[in-house]
Amino acid sequence: MPLTPSTTHAQASAVAGESATRAHRREKKSRLHKDDPRSPLHRTERRWALAFVAAPVLGFLLFTAYPLGYAIYASFTRWNGLGLQVFIGFDNYVQLFNDQYFHKALFNTFFYMIGIPIGLALSLLLALALNRKIPGRTVFRTIYYIPVISSLAAIAILWQWAYNGDFGLVNQVLALFGIDGPNWLASTTWAKPAIIIMAVWKGLGYSMLLYLAAIQSVPRSLYEAASLDGASAFQRFRAITLPMVRPVTFFLVVTNVIGGAQIFTEINIMTPTGGPEFSTASAVWYIWRQAFRYQQMGYATAMAVVLGLLILVITLIQFRLNRRNSFIID
Amino acid sequence: MKRRTPMNRNVSRTIADIAVWIALAIGAVVMIAPLLWMVSTSLKTKLEVFALPPVWIPAEPQWNTYVRMWEDSLVLSGFRNSLIVSLSVTVIGTLTCSLAAFALAKMRLPARNFIFFGLLAGIMIPFPTLMIPQFVMFSTIGWVDTLLPLIVPAIFGNIVMIFFLRQYLESVPNSLIEAAKIDGASYWQIFWRMIMPIIRPAVAAQFILWFMAVWNDYLAPILYLNTPSKQTLQVVIANMNVQYATQRDYPLIMAASFVALLPILAVFLIFQKQIIESVALTGTKG
Repeated sequence: MPLTPSTTHAQASAVAGESATRAHRREKKSRLHKDDPRSPLHRTERRWALAFVAAPVLGFLLFTAYPLGYAIYASFTRWNGLGLQVFIGFDNYVQLFNDQYFHKALFNTFFYMIGIPIGLALSLLLALALNRKIPGRTVFRTIYYIPVISSLAAIAILWQWAYNGDFGLVNQVLALFGIDGPNWLASTTWAKPAIIIMAVWKGLGYSMLLYLAAIQSVPRSLYEAASLDGASAFQRFRAITLPMVRPVTFFLVVTNVIGGAQIFTEINIMTPTGGPEFSTASAVWYIWRQAFRYQQMGYATAMAVVLGLLILVITLIQFRLNRRNSFIID
Repeated sequence: MKRRTPMNRNVSRTIADIAVWIALAIGAVVMIAPLLWMVSTSLKTKLEVFALPPVWIPAEPQWNTYVRMWEDSLVLSGFRNSLIVSLSVTVIGTLTCSLAAFALAKMRLPARNFIFFGLLAGIMIPFPTLMIPQFVMFSTIGWVDTLLPLIVPAIFGNIVMIFFLRQYLESVPNSLIEAAKIDGASYWQIFWRMIMPIIRPAVAAQFILWFMAVWNDYLAPILYLNTPSKQTLQVVIANMNVQYATQRDYPLIMAASFVALLPILAVFLIFQKQIIESVALTGTKG
C-alpha cells in the first residue's frame, strides 16, 4: 500500500486494530475540529511518542530483523562462526534434504505433538469438572497449575529420575498394579511416549485454566434454553460448550504447535545424547548440537531457517482453516 | 423416556459431583506426587534412594543435604545470577514496555499500526532461527560468558507485554489525557503520574509472568554461559544432574532442583489470584 500523506494521517490517528472506516471517520472529525497535524503541539507529541516506542523498535531491528536477515544469508554459506564464511549456494539445503539425522529429528519433533490433542482433551474434561460447584475446587486448580509454573529444567531432571527403570517413581507405581515397566528413556519404543507423558503432565494446568475461563463466560441462558428443549448433557456439551470454547482451542493448538516445534530443554536434560538410536532428538536439539558442538554454523542455520519456515507455514494453514470453519458455524 | 423428578435429579447430581470429585482427587495426586517424591528423595540417605520397596518418608530426614548443597555446589552463584538476569530484565523491560504501550495506544504516532503490527510479526520468528546469528553478534563484541546477552536484548521490550498493556489502555478515556495536556503536564508526567497508576494491575501480572519465564529459561543461558560460576540456576542444576548422577547422589540433585523451583512456587502461591486472572485473559484476548 502506498503511503500517501492522508493514509499516514489516518494511521496515526487510528487506534490500532480499528476498522478503516472508523479511522476515516475519526480523521474527518479531527479535520472538522481544525486539528492540524502540522501544529507544533502535535509535533512535540509525535516526538515524544517516537521516543517512547524507540526501544522496542530498535530492539526489533537489532535482535530480530538483523539476525533473521543474517540467518538467511548464513544458511547459504559454509561457516564455523568465527573465521571465513564461504558462499556455497544451496549446498546446505541439499545436505539437510539428505540428512537422515535431520529427518529423524524433525519426525521426532512432530511425533511429540501427539501430546497436544491428548492434553487438550484432558484439560477440557478437567475444566468441565472444575466448573461444577464442588468443594475444594480452588485447591484442585492450584495443584493442577503447579507443574505449569515449575522450572522446566527442574521438572525434566525430576522426570528423568522418575523414569529410572529400577528405582523410578513411574515403575514403582506400575508395579503396584503388577505391571513391569520398561526402562523408559533407554528404550526406543518408550522414550518418546515418556517425553509426551511428561509434557502433557506439565502443560495440563495451563490449558485447563484457559478452558475454565472460556466455559465460565458462556451465557447461562444458552444452557437453560437447551435444557428446556430437552437436550441431554452430552448434546449441550456438543452444541454449546464445544463451539463456545473454540477460540481457546484454536489459540492453544496454535501456541502449542509453535512451542512444540521448538522442544529442546526436556530432550537435552533427559536424554543428553539424543536418546537410544537418536529416538528422542528434536529439531532444535540437533540444530543446537550441530552449531555449538560441531561448529557447523552455516549448516545449522539452514536447518533453523527451514524449521522457522515450517512453523510459519503450519501456523498460516491453521489460521486459514480456522477462518473457513468458523464461517460454517456462523 | 422416563421423566425425572426434581428429587431424583438432585440425587443424581450429587452422585455425579462425588464421582467428579474422586476423579479430580486422583488426578491431583498424579499431578503432585512427582513433586512430593522430589522433596522426599532430597531428604533420603543415598541408601534409601535405592531401597526396594520404595521409602516414601525417610526414617531420618537428611536436612544436611540442603546445607551441603549451598556449600559444595554452585547453587548459590546460580541463584545470584538468575536473580540478576530476571530482575534487571523485568524491571527495565517493564518500563520500556509500558512507555511503548502508552505511545501505541494513546499518542499521535506516525505509522502507528505499521509499527505495532511489525513488532507483532516479530514474535512469529522462533528463537532457534535467530539464536546462531545472535550468538555470533554477541561473541564478536566479547559478551559470551557474561550475563549481558541474556539481559540486553530483553530490556528493549517484550511485544507480548506491550500487546496486553496496550489492550488494557484502550479502555482509558482519551479525555483524561487531553485534560492533563491542557493542564500543561508533559508526556513523561502524564505517563508516570497518570498512565502507570492506571495500568498497574496489568503491569504487575505481566511482570510476574515475565519474571517466571526469564527465571525458568534454559536454552539461551546454555548457549552463552560456559564458566560454571557465571551460570544461571537452571544451567547449574542441569549440570549437577550430569555430574552427581554418576556419583548416585540423587538427594543432592533433587534438593537443588527443588530449590530452583521454590522461588517461583512461592511467588505463584502468593500472587495466585492475579496470575490466574491474567493467564485466563491471555486466552480470551490473545
